[in-house]
Amino acid sequence: MQITRRVDFCASHILSSPSLSPEENLARYGPEANPHGHGHNYTLEVTVEGTPDPVTGMIVDLKVLKDLMTSEVVDSFDHRFLNHEVPPFDTVIPTPENMAIEIWRRLAPHFPGPVARLHCVRLQETDDYFVEYFGS
Amino acid sequence: MMRVTRCYHFPANHRLHTPLLSDAENAELFGKCNYPFGHGHNYTVEIAVEGPVRAETGQVVDPGALDRLVQSDVVAPMAHANLNCKIPEFGDLVATTENLAVVIEQRLRARWDEVFPEGPALCRIGIRETLNNYISKAVAR
Repeated sequence: MQITRRVDFCASHILSSPSLSPEENLARYGPEANPHGHGHNYTLEVTVEGTPDPVTGMIVDLKVLKDLMTSEVVDSFDHRFLNHEVPPFDTVIPTPENMAIEIWRRLAPHFPGPVARLHCVRLQETDDYFVEYFGS
Repeated sequence: MMRVTRCYHFPANHRLHTPLLSDAENAELFGKCNYPFGHGHNYTVEIAVEGPVRAETGQVVDPGALDRLVQSDVVAPMAHANLNCKIPEFGDLVATTENLAVVIEQRLRARWDEVFPEGPALCRIGIRETLNNYISKAVAR
């Protein structure tokens, strides 16, 4: 059984590889490489898979999951310029793919279980663009 | 494993009708969708791809390359078109949402390896015909 919790945050980023010229970055990433950055309203959905506890009837306490998503992700990402303020995105290009991997890395240690395990990090950058990461 | 999904939108009209059935049987089976002059929808098509995140780009797929392929082979020919009349595959195929997914898959697979010789893999096609109807088709590898 799977359970999913959603949170939203807003952040700025720029997609730009330091190994490329500004022209090459614009060719690769389009307006996502515009020099002063831009922002999105991100929607993060985290899905945990497991078996409901026989006493609580829950796979994971949704309040605990929400607090984790807030403390590990929203508190550091929300209203920040990711490249400038949120490591590792000073050196890792903050594509939604790399953001999903970083979110997984932050959350996974909290689900060592077999009882409740992290199943999917879904990060929606716009209404028409989202990524889903299921771990390595 | 990383999956990336992009969504595309186009309006089109169609009529559900099969020559395998009589007019009365078509009317009975398809109801309003069989009205003789057809009707339209705002379609949303989701294209999902899977593959590794490339270290040099931080991306699974170049969204621009995917957009160009879907735009040229799916959206441009279908937008504001009568699917039964303008899309040859529907000559003898009922223009249901299920079959639209089959046709879109065929069209994307036809040029996929040419456009994406190093991947990623096309993995799923989703179509929302209205806010209340959604179909999802896994793409066989």
